[in-house]
Amino acid sequence: MSTPAAARPLAAAAAPRAGVVRRYGLWLVGAAVLVALPHVIRAGVAVPIMNQMGIAIVFALAFNMLFGQGGMLSFGHAVYFGLGGFLAAHALNLAVRNGLYLPVPLVPLVGGLGGLLFAALFGTFSTMRAGTVFAMISLGVAELMASSALIFDRFFGGEEGISTNRAKAPLLLGLQFTHDRQVYYLIAFWVFVAALAMYAFSRTPVGRMANAVRDNPERAEFVGYSQRWVRYVCFCASGFFAGIAGGLFAVNYEILNAENMGLGASGAVLFMAFIGGAGHFVGPIVGAIVYTFLQSMLSDYTSVWLLYLGLLFLTTVLFVPMGLVGVFMLHVPVWRSHRVGRLLGPYLLAALVGLVAVVGAIGLLEMIHFVVYADTTQMTKRLFWVTVPVRTVWPWLAFGALTVAGGLGLRWVAPRVVTAFAEASGLVSAR
Amino acid sequence: MTPAIELVDVYKAFGNTSIIRGVNLTIEPGTCQALIGPNGAGKSTLFNLITGKHAVSSGHVRVKGHDVTGLTPYEINRRGLSRSFQVTNIFPRMSVFENVRCGVLWALGYRYSFWHRIGTARDATERAERVLEQLNLTGRRDVPAGVLSYAEQRALEIGITIAGGADVILLDEPTSGMSRSETEHVVQLIRQVSEGKTLLMVEHDMSVVFDVADRIAVLVYGEIIAHDTPDRVRADARVQEAYLGVPQGAV
Amino acid sequence: MGQIIFFSLLNGLVFGMLLFMLSSGLTLIFGMMGVLNFAHASFYMLGAYIAYTIGLKVGFWPGLVVAPLVVGVLGAAVERYGLRRVHRFGHIAELIFTFGLAIVIGEVVQLIWGRPAKSYDVPAALDFALFRVFGSSFPAYKGFMLLVSVVMFVFIFAILTRTRAGLIIQASLTHPGMVAMLGHNVPRVFMIVFGIGCGLAGLAGVIAGPVLGTFPGMAEVLGSVVFVVIVIGGLGSLGGAFVASLLIGILQTFAVALNVSVGNVLMALGVPASASASLHDMWKVTVAQVAPIMPYLLLILVLIVRPTGLFGTRET
Repeated sequence: MSTPAAARPLAAAAAPRAGVVRRYGLWLVGAAVLVALPHVIRAGVAVPIMNQMGIAIVFALAFNMLFGQGGMLSFGHAVYFGLGGFLAAHALNLAVRNGLYLPVPLVPLVGGLGGLLFAALFGTFSTMRAGTVFAMISLGVAELMASSALIFDRFFGGEEGISTNRAKAPLLLGLQFTHDRQVYYLIAFWVFVAALAMYAFSRTPVGRMANAVRDNPERAEFVGYSQRWVRYVCFCASGFFAGIAGGLFAVNYEILNAENMGLGASGAVLFMAFIGGAGHFVGPIVGAIVYTFLQSMLSDYTSVWLLYLGLLFLTTVLFVPMGLVGVFMLHVPVWRSHRVGRLLGPYLLAALVGLVAVVGAIGLLEMIHFVVYADTTQMTKRLFWVTVPVRTVWPWLAFGALTVAGGLGLRWVAPRVVTAFAEASGLVSAR
Repeated sequence: MTPAIELVDVYKAFGNTSIIRGVNLTIEPGTCQALIGPNGAGKSTLFNLITGKHAVSSGHVRVKGHDVTGLTPYEINRRGLSRSFQVTNIFPRMSVFENVRCGVLWALGYRYSFWHRIGTARDATERAERVLEQLNLTGRRDVPAGVLSYAEQRALEIGITIAGGADVILLDEPTSGMSRSETEHVVQLIRQVSEGKTLLMVEHDMSVVFDVADRIAVLVYGEIIAHDTPDRVRADARVQEAYLGVPQGAV
Repeated sequence: MGQIIFFSLLNGLVFGMLLFMLSSGLTLIFGMMGVLNFAHASFYMLGAYIAYTIGLKVGFWPGLVVAPLVVGVLGAAVERYGLRRVHRFGHIAELIFTFGLAIVIGEVVQLIWGRPAKSYDVPAALDFALFRVFGSSFPAYKGFMLLVSVVMFVFIFAILTRTRAGLIIQASLTHPGMVAMLGHNVPRVFMIVFGIGCGLAGLAGVIAGPVLGTFPGMAEVLGSVVFVVIVIGGLGSLGGAFVASLLIGILQTFAVALNVSVGNVLMALGVPASASASLHDMWKVTVAQVAPIMPYLLLILVLIVRPTGLFGTRET
């Protein structure tokens, strides 16, 4: 309060300038990473997975506009993803067959407009209430669309879905999209543009009020804002970007069916946003990458991958609801005060014990799966690089013991980890 | 002169329970007035009726001459009336600065725009920072509002209320739960922010009331039994009976 | 025609009472704890599978008693070790937890019992026709289902209104804080109610399994309809759940039975046939195809017109 009024605006201007450089710098780094990625990771299977991740990133960010920013949990956000995708696919087909000038790079925009259209339509009644009722309405809309898909088979293509061909589309600046890599750059471009736009949206008046309505809808009304309108605008914007993701999906996979807007897809995006951390902008990005990676990797090794993902999800909800990014941010004060070393010991111990428990549990689950599904003539299964005689009692005892030991160990080590963290982050003075 | 607030024959019942029974109240603009009364008299309900949180069962509410009976809280707020809450009602996950800025956005005309960058909205930033200074919270600018101390949160509560520049301000028990020194700070703040505006506050702390208020309205069992200057209210026999149970002098 | 109407009404009644058995448990849980148990239909599925397994080894009747108990205990354990931990993060977190739980239970069922449907059959003692009307017979097992539903309803009603425990539960429904102040162990009450709710769902599974099929997708089939029922009936209202269950049960059964196209209905109402090709899809749609959508349309309609549901007083 001692600085004269004239000096304060100058000081205030200087501080954001440094922040501005840092912020723009992050985006530039992000763009550079996107451009360089296919050159750095050269495995043949990498590009399709990166494409998948890109689409998931846009979808998850769009979902989090509703969930993390606006406090609205939707069980049916894939509806706007799917509807946008179907519209994009039909538009692309029109471009290929009827000569509509729609080059491939603009197809996601059509998807976005489709998502926006339906979000504007369904949002009129969906956003009337928040909380549990909103979630239930979103579920109702999702089920409605799933059932409608069988009726409107001209639009949804029935069982086979709608397929399209990006290679025959009109060209923009001579750009071809016949190879995965070319599609990667298109997706990377849209990921960058969409992420930037969604971040910018969160820094607008309505974006700020979306946070306010999330935190305290009543108070927002008493400062002049209708909570319904704020939710509606947020909902429409979120639908727009979900539609862009759908359009990217249509371009990448060249086929779309009713399952892409179903509960499975909606559940997956919830998983992504939650596990990455819904409270931070980059959370869904991390979550989308982790989910896509886990899903493609796990499904190669085990048929029970969805169970593992579900258990991981439950564990996150129970113990780490702030998500990966949230946990990371919790450690920022520890990093700043250079006390990270104190955490290494307890964390390593916890990781070790956890690993034992996880190995035991996976072993048991895989063996159960084997017993139920495998041919009765098969006697052994390859687990953790070891051939295991599943039909004898020893592996069961072994994995069971590992699980129990690991579980008990976790219970023993958990309070120590919590105390170590509290001390390291300065919440409690070290003894 | 058009009254800032006018209540005409206002009744409010919740189910079978009658809370407000025929209140007629006129608050002149530019005055600083207090609404007092025993617990359960209906003071917060009256606030809720004026600000649109509840609908009146019958009667009219007028703010600055406009009939606001039946309007939503945000519609009433946009006509220049703002209120604070008895139980702190802030945005806990947003920073202190952002809390105050939320109170400013509609008043500055930003509405539901997604084409303005909030970072370059100098008017909003400056107004919010000025309010933060008045609240003595500049040092806590970027702290999430949920971790503030109780007194700081009460100050923030008032800050959000006045940030938009409403010229009719309603404060619901602004000093509740505060120590002597904290109360004095809040009283100073109230004096500062209510200069040139109309202020109506519910208060239990009589020293604050007699310190700040030009006029006092006394609400007992849903009816206004007195509305006069502090001295005359203090001497009013019905007010004494309501608070003390017996008229002064009789024992 | 009379045959269709009579049997649709009767089957609708059976289906409606089954829906009520599921939705009453869900309503109790929601009314008391504010949490919408997304996994409720998963406990229904568990009930059917466990009863099937017991049926293989011992018989249907022991399964009828034991399976709901097992499911109830599982539900109580879920509340004690899972839901209770999430409770402090709010209702949305609880909803997300039960959502994840539904997925996990679905996967576990597939893991342990496999993907193909199980031949969980009507017990021989009940496998006869109860009566014959209009040339068709009404199976005794469906009558049994109706009987169990009604008995359960009366039982729950009696417990809630006539016993001390029931009064505590009713009080905890609206004033858990006050009940805690009075010295009752509210967390334990929550756990018991959650267990009972899940046990009811399990019982519904035990009796519905032979009729509606015992397969890994049975939770999805019924799950959304049950949510629609309680939202339409009014979140937290048992009476509303009852009315909405019967309403949707009967309406859906009728819609499936009537094999009339939308076009026919509209023509009967005097609307001329449309030549436009884009509406052609809608025109040739049969009422039977519309049947699955109907509860959701009803949901959206009710929520727009009366957001608290038909009988509800609370929203969340």
